[in-house]
Amino acid sequence: MAAQATQAYRGGDVAQFSRGFSGRPRSEEPDLPPGQYRTHDFPVLSAGPTPRVPLDTWQFTIVTEAGERHSWDWKALQQLPSESVTVDLHCVTRWSKLGTRWRGVSLDTLFEDVETASEYAYVRAYGGYTTNLPLEDLLDGQAWVAYEYDGDPLAPEHGGPARLLVPHLYLWKSAKWVQGIVLTPQDEPGFWETAGYHMYGDPWQEQRYAGD
Amino acid sequence: MAGTALRRRLTWRPAQLSAVRQETPTARTLTLRVDGWAGHVPGQHVDVRLTAADGYTAVRSYSISSAPAEGELEITVDEVRGGEVSPYLVREIAAGDLVEVRGPLGGWFVWQPQSTRPLQLVAGGSGIAPLMSMARARAAAGGGAPTRLLYSVRRPDAVVFAAELAGLAAPGSGLEVSYAYTRAVPEGWPRPAGRVDAALLAEATWPAERAPDCFVCGPTGFVEATADLLVAAGHSASAIRTERFGPTGSTS
Ligand SMILES: Cc1cc2nc3c(=O)[nH]c(=O)nc-3n(C[C@H](O)[C@H](O)[C@H](O)COP(=O)(O)OP(=O)(O)OC[C@H]3O[C@@H](n4cnc5c(N)ncnc54)[C@H](O)[C@@H]3O)c2cc1C
Repeated sequence: MAAQATQAYRGGDVAQFSRGFSGRPRSEEPDLPPGQYRTHDFPVLSAGPTPRVPLDTWQFTIVTEAGERHSWDWKALQQLPSESVTVDLHCVTRWSKLGTRWRGVSLDTLFEDVETASEYAYVRAYGGYTTNLPLEDLLDGQAWVAYEYDGDPLAPEHGGPARLLVPHLYLWKSAKWVQGIVLTPQDEPGFWETAGYHMYGDPWQEQRYAGD
Repeated sequence: MAGTALRRRLTWRPAQLSAVRQETPTARTLTLRVDGWAGHVPGQHVDVRLTAADGYTAVRSYSISSAPAEGELEITVDEVRGGEVSPYLVREIAAGDLVEVRGPLGGWFVWQPQSTRPLQLVAGGSGIAPLMSMARARAAAGGGAPTRLLYSVRRPDAVVFAAELAGLAAPGSGLEVSYAYTRAVPEGWPRPAGRVDAALLAEATWPAERAPDCFVCGPTGFVEATADLLVAAGHSASAIRTERFGPTGSTS
């Protein structure tokens, strides 16, 4: 595709983009989705100031299409069985961080008593952030409400006290400061999705922007 | 709305470097000509793709620093030492060379030039780029919004756009520019070198009662700290939009 565009631009000459650019020496990184580079620190990206959510008022709520509410306060969340997971993170801004260690509650546990026919989850966060994803992407061991990172309580800038963790999608789907999920029959765009980002966000398909 | 306008397929487009301007010892502005480019909203960025002779590509995001224009845009790149892309853009690429761009991108960290609400801009290092687009667009639109810019930078010779900012901030322009130097100050400067703190913020930015729209842009550590200070000074979190450029911990 790039070659085609160049040819059109240069009237048929075989021209080359980025004369003199050679890139960094590369080694095979089989765990990296296309277009990603590996980082060893932990970048922070969010749209506004970091919300500080006190634990004594924290709640996580799932609301079904019938209006049924399932809520957990901080203590109730801590009493649920937790899991330790080691996962790779892929941010749409092109960094990936491999082998990150988390502890949290599986969404399978939180959805145990939830009855729904909805296919979509609209995720809300403290501070007003929202994002959307298919409900099936939250179940079957694919997603957690995580509250520990690398053995420590999750820091506010990384979404503490608790964030959603859905490592198989771009990281903007893993809403920081998660507050709850509203189940909906239709897929409604969230914060970044309204601003032109992809409705699903599979890193391996490079689904970055709407239409990718 | 910018958001809805973006819900279409974005393709890579050839961009030809038509001019370069050295801004500081480490930063350069690149003027890119893009056929059919329809302009942007101040605050938006582009993805820039470089292709090596063996087909390898690298993509990075750069804010658009120019005022909206058709057929052309400018980015201002500061070299990150040891980086893969920024050293090439700051030192290698020359007029006539081709890259590819995709955009304009971003429907959140944007400012509409027709707005007349008080505007507070806070830049750290290369975070000045999208805020400069806003300041230029504001001047081009006749300057309705009373605006303050607080620009945090390591040392005087690292200030990008110094002369143009001085011109834009002429008496009666409605734009006030203040500097915070974090490593070295100009001769006779009244404050010692140091990071933006609550006292400087109180002096150089709109008080919360004016309810300004706030745009904070720069390296992550800088944005984290300043956005927190703005909230502590009484600004509502929903009035503060941020864009973080880099990894954790780095500050200007
Ligand atoms: C929305 C957006 C807009 C941006 N706009 C601009 C802009 O207008 N001007 C501009 O100069 N940059 C901007 N950036 C940053 C830019 O995309 C690149 O990250 C930067 O140029 C470094 O790329 P590189 O390939 O040279 O370094 P890399 O090869 O990616 O990184 C090399 C080393 O430097 C570190 N590093 C990477 N980026 C930074 C950074 N920004 N600060 C400090 N250390 C870093 C990495 O962790 C790594 O260790 C923007 C980023 C985003 C997300």
